[in-house]
Amino acid sequence: MSKLLVIGFSFGYLALLFGVAYAAERRSAARKSLVSNPYVYALSMAVYCTAWTYYGSVGRAAHYGLEFVGIYLGPTLLAPAWWLVLRKIIRVCRQQRLTSIADFISARYGKSAALGALVTVVCVLGIVPYIALQIKAIAASFVTLTGSAAGVGGPAATTALYTTGALAVFTILFGVRSVEATERHEGIVLAVAVESVLKLVAFLVLGVFVTFGLFHGFGDVFDQAAAVPALRQLFTLRGAGVGGAEWLTLLVLSMSAILLLPRQFQVAVVENVDENHLRKAMWLFPLYLIVINLFVLPVAFGGMLKLSGLGLDADTYVLALPLATGHAGLALFTYLGGLSAASSMIIVETIALSVMMSNHLLMPLLVRVPSARPEGQTRWFAYLGRVALESRRLAVVLVLLLAYGYYAEVGRTLPLVNTGLVSFAAVAQFVPAVLGGLYWKGGTRRGATAGLLVGFGIWFFTLVLPTLVGPGRLPESVLTAGVGGLAWLRPSALFGLEGLDSLSHGLFWSWFFNIGLYVGLSLAGPPTALELRQADVFVDVFTRRSLAEEVAGWQGRTPFPDVRALLLGFLGKKRTNQALRTFATRFPDALPPPPEGEATPSLSHTVTVPADPRLLTYAEKLLAGSLGPASARMLVASVAGAEQISYDSVVGILRESQQLLEANRQLQKQSRQLQRLTDELRAAYDQLQALDHRKDEFLYTVTHELRTPLTSIRALAEILADNPDLEAEEQQRFQLTIGREAERLTRLISLVLDLEKFESGQATLDRAPVPVAELVAEALDAVGQLLRDKHITLHVDIPADLPTLHADRDRLMQVLVNLLSNAIKACRPDGQGRIAVLAWPTADVLLLCVEDNGRGISPAAQHLIFDKFYQAQHQTTRKPEGTGLGLAITRKIVELHHGRIWVESSLEQGARFFIELPLVGNEPEERHEDEHDETERHAERSRSISTAVVINADSTKR
Amino acid sequence: MKTPHILIVDDEPNIVMSLEFLMRKNGFQVGIARNGTEALAAIDQTPYDLILLDIMMPDVDGLQVCRQLRQRPDRAGTKVIFLSAKSREADMQKGYEAGADLYIPKPFSTRQLMEKVRELLGLAA
Repeated sequence: MSKLLVIGFSFGYLALLFGVAYAAERRSAARKSLVSNPYVYALSMAVYCTAWTYYGSVGRAAHYGLEFVGIYLGPTLLAPAWWLVLRKIIRVCRQQRLTSIADFISARYGKSAALGALVTVVCVLGIVPYIALQIKAIAASFVTLTGSAAGVGGPAATTALYTTGALAVFTILFGVRSVEATERHEGIVLAVAVESVLKLVAFLVLGVFVTFGLFHGFGDVFDQAAAVPALRQLFTLRGAGVGGAEWLTLLVLSMSAILLLPRQFQVAVVENVDENHLRKAMWLFPLYLIVINLFVLPVAFGGMLKLSGLGLDADTYVLALPLATGHAGLALFTYLGGLSAASSMIIVETIALSVMMSNHLLMPLLVRVPSARPEGQTRWFAYLGRVALESRRLAVVLVLLLAYGYYAEVGRTLPLVNTGLVSFAAVAQFVPAVLGGLYWKGGTRRGATAGLLVGFGIWFFTLVLPTLVGPGRLPESVLTAGVGGLAWLRPSALFGLEGLDSLSHGLFWSWFFNIGLYVGLSLAGPPTALELRQADVFVDVFTRRSLAEEVAGWQGRTPFPDVRALLLGFLGKKRTNQALRTFATRFPDALPPPPEGEATPSLSHTVTVPADPRLLTYAEKLLAGSLGPASARMLVASVAGAEQISYDSVVGILRESQQLLEANRQLQKQSRQLQRLTDELRAAYDQLQALDHRKDEFLYTVTHELRTPLTSIRALAEILADNPDLEAEEQQRFQLTIGREAERLTRLISLVLDLEKFESGQATLDRAPVPVAELVAEALDAVGQLLRDKHITLHVDIPADLPTLHADRDRLMQVLVNLLSNAIKACRPDGQGRIAVLAWPTADVLLLCVEDNGRGISPAAQHLIFDKFYQAQHQTTRKPEGTGLGLAITRKIVELHHGRIWVESSLEQGARFFIELPLVGNEPEERHEDEHDETERHAERSRSISTAVVINADSTKR
Repeated sequence: MKTPHILIVDDEPNIVMSLEFLMRKNGFQVGIARNGTEALAAIDQTPYDLILLDIMMPDVDGLQVCRQLRQRPDRAGTKVIFLSAKSREADMQKGYEAGADLYIPKPFSTRQLMEKVRELLGLAA
């Protein structure tokens, strides 16, 4: 077939792809997405089926029978679990703005830059040969179709080179347009979906042609094949020489690949529009796999039967069959199917790898370069943003160059399928870190790094090293005798493990050490604060989606404009404003208030306000979409000027219970408030009740006290009236008694009225200078008769130079007389009674003491005696004399003078009543004090000490 | 018929004075106690026909005096009249529960008191 025709069709086809992608982008821009549906999503996932599927499956089936099904069976078996695993990965990536498998692993393990770089290196080393494989498929199919020689300088290689170049342009145009890698590439996705349809249709057309054109249906093909002994054994699994271990390995590898291959991650996770599309993809994608494999065996058998004499590579049967039977048009169509399978894989894989390389190899280095001056920061950020984009474009070229180089140097000699499986095995090294990271909070960066590193090393040693053996490269002895002649270091039988196929062997040892180190080291050391936090975010992504954002991870006072400048540099003005608006609607309280007349908050003013920590977290996430999580974190840290400090760890650990606690606290608070309110109400009620009761009691006691003199008065008056014949002497005695009892009644009434006045706060003091010594003498005069009646010894010690009190003389007199009469009443009438009256000044108060050696007062009663009618509590016994109001009134008077009264006593030990009266601070205003705060009073007192000294000095001079 | 013997118990001297005059005027024999302790001692010595008993007293109150009296079978014939300034329903209730024959709140009418005393002593009005 004419080379020009093939080349023309090839590039025509690529041009068609450009058109499709362009149309999709236009529709997307017009918000009429062609991509946002589960069918395109499922079809784009079929990027899994590469040229390896297209050509290689037939080749593999020709040699090993049904074994080729293995790598399709794995994804099919896993599909039901997508809803659990893949959806969780999608959710995490969307929330954290992760755009690659390297982002994912790096972010999960403390946003480690090193781990991201390691994953990227593994991907590049593992996948580049796989891309090379696709280039090789394109070249090989060109050779088959045109019959030209397959040399490096030949037209096949040239076609492959140009095709690769065209794909690079396509990828850069449609795959790396914006610095934001989180942006979906609708053009690419639609192109990939179209390619999936094309390769499926092309393969089905070929299959139908072979089965029903060259043969008479499936039965005929299989019958004819069964007639050939060499082919008959391919019908059974055992017969093809494929063991159980190999099957298991194939299943495991393909299961890992469908989730973690960079291109699968790209289409299934990054390009996912709606999680619910997974539901359809879960059965559409396996269906696709089944359909595309329907005709693999018939084509393989057809090739073996029809082309056996030509000595062709079974990988070329797909093209050779229509060619050999003279159907050039069909062959060309089939070739385009193969081209689509190869190109879609190259495009998507390259995008994924370029983002990783840029974000994890290049950006971390650039971000570390400190900006020279603060004022140059904005420019530096803008520069970095451009660099990010350029570096990604550069990475596209680099990846494709590497792949082409690999193809040109090494790849041409390798069979298709092997390279693919070795790639799968490389990607499978991510399984422990990814699954562990999704479901186990204990996994640490150390464990993941060590596991990955060692697993990758073993992968290289056991699976890649053998391919490097050959003339001019590694000696054959490495394989047979082991590295350095050490038998346990044979790549195919590491540590003496023999009897496994090389793939199973490599996977076994690499996973053995990978998983072992991951789990072992994770358990050995506790995770850091950031790791814990990220573990939480990943593992609990479904249960707590927004909390991770609410919890501020950044501390420090970063000026808001700095954060904005950072975003401007990477996202541009439009995107930044849009993002800040989004943020403002989410957290209305987190942004500085907008200046006058501005609708959108804080977009242009320059006031230096610190940014809310949540804004930093938000900015970090936005940047993670452009730079990868590790670089984004470093950048934000450079702006914030602070690391995420131990506060973060506290939050990380406590977050689990935080929400619960918060809810609980709210409830408790409410219930406490309610309880307090209830208690207050009850207390108020009780107080009112007690007050009411006391009022009743008071009234009762008053009337009771009044009844006693009234009784005498009434009885005696009646006696006088009923007995007019009484002796004059007796008559007079009765009349006198009536008079005295009436006086008693009057006294009692005025006391009650007095007390009422004090209680209601109406009593006022008539203050005047009072000489204390004189006052005491007068009071003693008033009770002189009582003292003499009881033969009480009196002791008075009043210094002559006592400062003059500023007080109400009559009231103080009342107090002293009351205390003295109480003392007299307390003394026994046996002539042993002693009463002392003492006074002495201290710094600013005058102390008066009335002391007796009488009955004393029990400690329990000491604070009760100042209550009015204390004996009312003792319903039936009563104090021998007095009204029961004296001490209550005394206390009121003292308190009205801002003084204090208290008693020191014990039963049968006498009593000492103290009165403390302030010498100064006799403020004219009436302060109604009841249980006045002690400390305040003391403070008041110490404040007035100095004045007191001055006054004292004055008074002594006088 | 033997002269009725009456005990007056009160800590108010003026009340005792008036009651003593009244009782003697009516021809009764009179004993006097100024507090609960004295009253119990007097009761112990003499089987009084009637006691005029105050309640609020410094040491032993009138209720206790009455209760102790009621525990002595040899004083079963003694009548008790409480004379108290405590005038509430509940106070009177307590008085009767302690075993009083009558409870008269202070201040009382001397004529009415004498009527009641005679009544309780079974004398013609």
